[in-house]
Amino acid sequence: MSIERVRTAVGHVVLMLGVVVSLFPFYWMVVMASNTTPDIFSYPPKLLIGSHLFENMGKVLDNIDFFGSMLLTLIASLGVTVLVLFFDSLAAFAFAKYQFPGRNLLFGILLATFMIPTQLSLVPQFVVLAQLGWIGSLKALIIPGAANAFGIFWMRQYAKGAIPDELIAAAKVDGAGFFRQYLTVGLPVLRPGLAFLGIFTFINVWNDYLWPLIVMTDPNRLTLQVALDQLNGIYGTDYSMVMAGALMSVIPLIGVFLIGARSFIADLAAGAMKF
Amino acid sequence: MAVTSKALPTTISATATQDKPPNKFRQALPQYTAVAPFFILFAIFGAFPVLFSIWISFHSWDGIGQMKWVGLEQYHYLLTDATFWKTIANTLIIWVLSTVPMLLLALVIANALHNATRFRTFYRIAYFIPNVTSVVAITLVFGSIFSNNFGLLNAFLKSVGVGQVEWLTSPWGIKIAIATIVTWRWVGYNAIIYLAGLQAISQDVYEAARVDGASSRQTFWRITVPMMRPVILFTAVTSTIGGLQIFTESRVLFGDTSNIGGPGDAGLTIVSYLYQSAFIKNQFGYGAAVGWALFILIVLFSIVNWRLIGGTDDERLTRRAARRVERRIAAQNAKKEAVDVH
Repeated sequence: MSIERVRTAVGHVVLMLGVVVSLFPFYWMVVMASNTTPDIFSYPPKLLIGSHLFENMGKVLDNIDFFGSMLLTLIASLGVTVLVLFFDSLAAFAFAKYQFPGRNLLFGILLATFMIPTQLSLVPQFVVLAQLGWIGSLKALIIPGAANAFGIFWMRQYAKGAIPDELIAAAKVDGAGFFRQYLTVGLPVLRPGLAFLGIFTFINVWNDYLWPLIVMTDPNRLTLQVALDQLNGIYGTDYSMVMAGALMSVIPLIGVFLIGARSFIADLAAGAMKF
Repeated sequence: MAVTSKALPTTISATATQDKPPNKFRQALPQYTAVAPFFILFAIFGAFPVLFSIWISFHSWDGIGQMKWVGLEQYHYLLTDATFWKTIANTLIIWVLSTVPMLLLALVIANALHNATRFRTFYRIAYFIPNVTSVVAITLVFGSIFSNNFGLLNAFLKSVGVGQVEWLTSPWGIKIAIATIVTWRWVGYNAIIYLAGLQAISQDVYEAARVDGASSRQTFWRITVPMMRPVILFTAVTSTIGGLQIFTESRVLFGDTSNIGGPGDAGLTIVSYLYQSAFIKNQFGYGAAVGWALFILIVLFSIVNWRLIGGTDDERLTRRAARRVERRIAAQNAKKEAVDVH
């Protein structure tokens, strides 16, 4: 019994060490963002949270259009998320619950698209957007990602188990067409799945760097990640200001994550097990 | 095709007489509409660009002016381009330096999480937070930790008497720094997935092994690892694909937009090189060719992963192991019943 206890204790020590490593960079971000740059550069370095946080945040706002970038990123993230939730769940509902000619073939094609790395077509994608005249506009951030194979695949797995066929049959008897069945039967049942896919999509779009770096060419309209990188490129010597910017960019996202963290992590793990 | 030629007469007859069965394609119109957005978007932003990129890679093109046909010249140049081979070596070294510790640590953490009964939600969230944090912000933090002169790591090494390490200017230092960021971001993610895999293994199997007197090491190698094979394959494939596409870490780490690979291009990855060729040097044809090289590399590595971890022989072995375990459980249940009778 006591050996068991020791093992549990050792397990917790290992896990707590891991937690410290996992969270330390966030602490260090706050330390650097709340001290002055000379303090950070001194030896031995300051290890505790200082009192210059708001001063550094102010400097960020003076040097880049932080809130403008944040708004742009927020609109892009919300836009993609709403469209992905609608298009993916609608397609998943059809794939999961209806027989139609060519269904398996279409779903097979959808699965095959997983194999294509996004970077392969980076160059021609840019050319396509340039031809459409979308470079530098919000459309370039939102439309190409408005529906995706991962979301449809994931939602279909979810819908298969979650939506009872009897409910759809009953809706049909009531004279509801396909889209009404989707609205009244599909959507309410899929809500927990939508919560996961929504957070997942939002986080990915918010954090994306390579795509906005290429398509948002107007220096006055940058997403948060690109603006942050620019801040570092120009003012790389003012560490504490750059870190204040990093901190400001990270807080909203962690907030969104923490709201749904518990079920989000469980759903993510369950999704991986289905592959 | 047979399907369409059959469909046509039905359409006509369906409009002619109402009591004939309606066209099944027409009937499925709402479903086609429902799945259409994905396929339309994929056609424009996925399939067409892939085909177009083959075309572009046969040309010399700055993205604006005339495209000039050069045939296989870009690929020929690619094979002799020392920088290209360097980016492949860099990417593979960073991939090994990050993936191996990442998956091993994830397995250790998952095992500890599996045995822990308290604070489970807290642990999971704490381990997962790095994964949802933006790579740019985190790379900035690690960049300062690894900084040669003012970094926390070197300050620590100095205080214990090791002295300064040139993390961000030496070839190995750069790769270790990038690999550390990747590892830090993905350990928790993989641990959560391993944990789900561990939880899916029936407790009966372990119970049976314990009763048989198997040591914990034996249980780990004979039961846990074989049963986890599909999950390990999933993490290996995803981290290979992710590892071969590393870009942001190396690009942000040096804070220098003109020299994105760092000193001596020691941190220049394949995707960084693609980005540099196409979007900094405006060599679109060459960038497209690098994209295809990346694609071939990803396919090759996925096959290697599949063979190493998933392979058919191994599957048979796993199934045999599972059957053996089942037999043992049956035998034990019989034994237990016998004891109960006494």
